[in-house]
Amino acid sequence: MARLNPDNIALAREIIARYPRPKSALIPLLHLAQEQDGHVTDEAMEHIAELVGCTPAEVLGTASFYEMFKLEPVGRYLVNICTNISCQLLGGEELLHHAEQRLGITAGQTTSDGLFTLEDVECIAACTEAPCLQVNYRYVHEVSTEDLDRLIDDLRAGRRDDIPPHGTLARIRQRIPEDRRAGPAMVDDATPPAWLGMHAAATGDGER
Amino acid sequence: MAVTDAPRIITSRFDFDDSHTLARYEATGGYQALRKALTTMAPAQVLEEVRTASLLGRGGAGFPAGVKWGFCPADVWPRYLVVNGDESEPGTYKDRLLMERDPHQLIEGALLTCYAVGLGQAFLYVRGEMALAQERIAQALNDAYAAGYVGRNILGTDFSVDVILHWGAGAYIVGEETALIESLEGNRGMPRLKPPFFPAAKGLYLKPTIVNNVETLSNVPWIVTNGGAAFAALGAETSKGTRMFAVSGHVKRPGVYEVEFGVTTFRDLIYAPVYGGGIRGDRALKAFIPGGASAPWFFEEHLDLPLEKAAVDRAGSMLGSGAVVVMDETTDVVRACLRVVRFFANESCGKCTPCREGTTWLQQILRRILDGYGRPSDLDLLLDVCDNISPGIAWPPRQTTICPLGPSAVSPIASALRRFRPEFEAHIARNRSRVGAVAADPVVAGAAGGGAGG
Repeated sequence: MARLNPDNIALAREIIARYPRPKSALIPLLHLAQEQDGHVTDEAMEHIAELVGCTPAEVLGTASFYEMFKLEPVGRYLVNICTNISCQLLGGEELLHHAEQRLGITAGQTTSDGLFTLEDVECIAACTEAPCLQVNYRYVHEVSTEDLDRLIDDLRAGRRDDIPPHGTLARIRQRIPEDRRAGPAMVDDATPPAWLGMHAAATGDGER
Repeated sequence: MAVTDAPRIITSRFDFDDSHTLARYEATGGYQALRKALTTMAPAQVLEEVRTASLLGRGGAGFPAGVKWGFCPADVWPRYLVVNGDESEPGTYKDRLLMERDPHQLIEGALLTCYAVGLGQAFLYVRGEMALAQERIAQALNDAYAAGYVGRNILGTDFSVDVILHWGAGAYIVGEETALIESLEGNRGMPRLKPPFFPAAKGLYLKPTIVNNVETLSNVPWIVTNGGAAFAALGAETSKGTRMFAVSGHVKRPGVYEVEFGVTTFRDLIYAPVYGGGIRGDRALKAFIPGGASAPWFFEEHLDLPLEKAAVDRAGSMLGSGAVVVMDETTDVVRACLRVVRFFANESCGKCTPCREGTTWLQQILRRILDGYGRPSDLDLLLDVCDNISPGIAWPPRQTTICPLGPSAVSPIASALRRFRPEFEAHIARNRSRVGAVAADPVVAGAAGGGAGG
C-alpha cells in the first residue's frame, strides 16, 4: 500500500517510454497508483515523481486538479449521480436526494462500512439516457429510484462482479509490440517525416 | 420537414453489435481509405480533399479542419496530433459513442491526419470517466498494431506513427485545446494565453500541434474514400456533410441522431417522429439549448432555423457541440439556470479572476433566489457580475478571461433573465411572503450538495 509494486513499475516504465517527455505519463501513472491502492497515496506520488523526474509537489499539483484522483480513501463503490441539465430535467437531483436518504450520507461522503462513496457529478455524456449514473465509471442508464435501490442492494450483496473495485479504470491496456513500435517523436528531432515524399509524382511537389 | 436521405457517414456501423471489432471494421470498408492514401495519394492530396470537404470542427468552435491543418509553420518538426476525446460539455453525447462503437474509424481518421500533415505522433486523449471507451480503444489499437495499420512502416510503407491512448482524469476545462495540451504534458489543465501562439504553431512541447475533436476525425476516412466534393455536396452554406446531434431533456425520443448538416432544422430534430418525436405529454416548448451548456438559449421562434453554423451564429447562439437540450413549459428556469451556472463555477480552473470569482458569485446569487432569500437588487447584480466576465453581455461574447469558460456561464443567465424575468421576480417576491419561515423545500434540498471541483 504505497509505492508502485514491481509489476506496476514495469508497466509504468513501458508507459513513460511512449511519450517524448516522461512527465506526460503523470496522469496515466496516477491512475495506475489509484488502481493499485484504491486511492492515490503520498508514497505513490513520491514514487511517481522519481519515475517521471519531477518533484512530489508537482505530482500533487497535478493530482489535486483532477476530479477522479482521490487523495483520501473512498468506498469500494464510487456512485456518481449526474445532476447536470439533461439529467436534472428528468429527475437527477431527486435521484441524488433519494440516494442520500437511502445510504444515510450526503454527496461527498462515504458510508461507515466503507462500501459506498456518493458524488454529485457533472455531465457524464449519457444525456439521452437521463437520469444516469456511474458506479466506478461504469454506466447505469435511465435510473428510477427503484432501480437505484436494487443497484445498492446488489452491490451490497456482491452480485455485481461486472463492476470492478474503485481505481480500476480500463481492464484492457494498450500494449505496443516492440517490432511494431514507431517510437515517440522526440522533441529535438527536427528531421522531416520520411513519408512526406510519398507519391510526390502525383502532385509534382512532395515536400510542403 | 427536412428529414433527408443523406447517408450516415460516421454512424454507419452502429447497427452492428460488433461494430467496435477489427473484423467488422475490415468487412465494412475499414482501413481502405488508409490503403488508398498510402498507395495512391501524396500527403498534400489528402489535405486537399479535407479542405475541399470544408469539414468544420465538431468540438464546439466549428473551425474548418483543413484550414487548421494548414496552419503548421513550414519545416518545423516534429509535429503532433492530439485527438480531443474529453467530451464533457453538458448535453453532449456523441464522441463517447464514436469511441465505444467505432474506435477503428477514429484511429483511421487520426492516421490519415498524421499522413496528410506530417504529424510524427498521435495522442488519443480520452476522458477518464469513459472506462468502456478506454477499453474499446485499447483493444482496437492492439488489434490495429498487430494487423500492421499502426506503428512502424504502416502497410509496408515509409509511413510510421505511433498512436498513444492517453487517459484523462476528470476536468471539463481540459476540453479547451491549450488546457488539453497542458494536461497531456502532465500539468494542471489550465488554458494558455493565446494569442500569440496557437497550438498549430506552438502546441505540445511548444511544437506544432493539431488538436481535433473525435467526431471531426471520424469523418476523414469517408472523405478520403469518397472525395471531399462528395462530402461538400451534402449540407448547406458553410455546414457540409452530416453531423451528430444529441437531443435530450423533455422529448419523447431522446437520442443521438446523425443528420444532414445545414439542412435539417431544430423543429425536425425536436418534433420529427424519427428524431425527438415531440415534447413529452405534448406540452408546450419553453426553451431549448441549441449547442451545449455554453450556448445562449433558443425559444419557439427559433425552431425553423436550420442546423447551420452561420445561421445559428447570426441568430445569437451556436451549434457548439451538437447538444440540443429541450425544456418544456413545466421547467423552473431559475433552477435550470442555476444548475448550468453551478457547472461552470465547479469547473472554472481558477486561473482568471473574473471567471473564478464571478461564476461563484453568480451561483451564490441564483442559489439564494431559488431558495427564497433573493433580494430585488439581485437581478441587476447578476447582470453586473455577468458584465464583468463578459463586457456588454453580447454574442459572440467578449471576454475578460483567457478562455471562453467564464463567458459561457453568462449565456444561461442572459438568456433566461431576458426572456423570463417575471419568473426570477416571482422567486424573489416569495421571499417577502416567507419572512421568518425557513421551510426546507425537499426538491431544493436535493439540489444542494458537493458538486465537482477543479
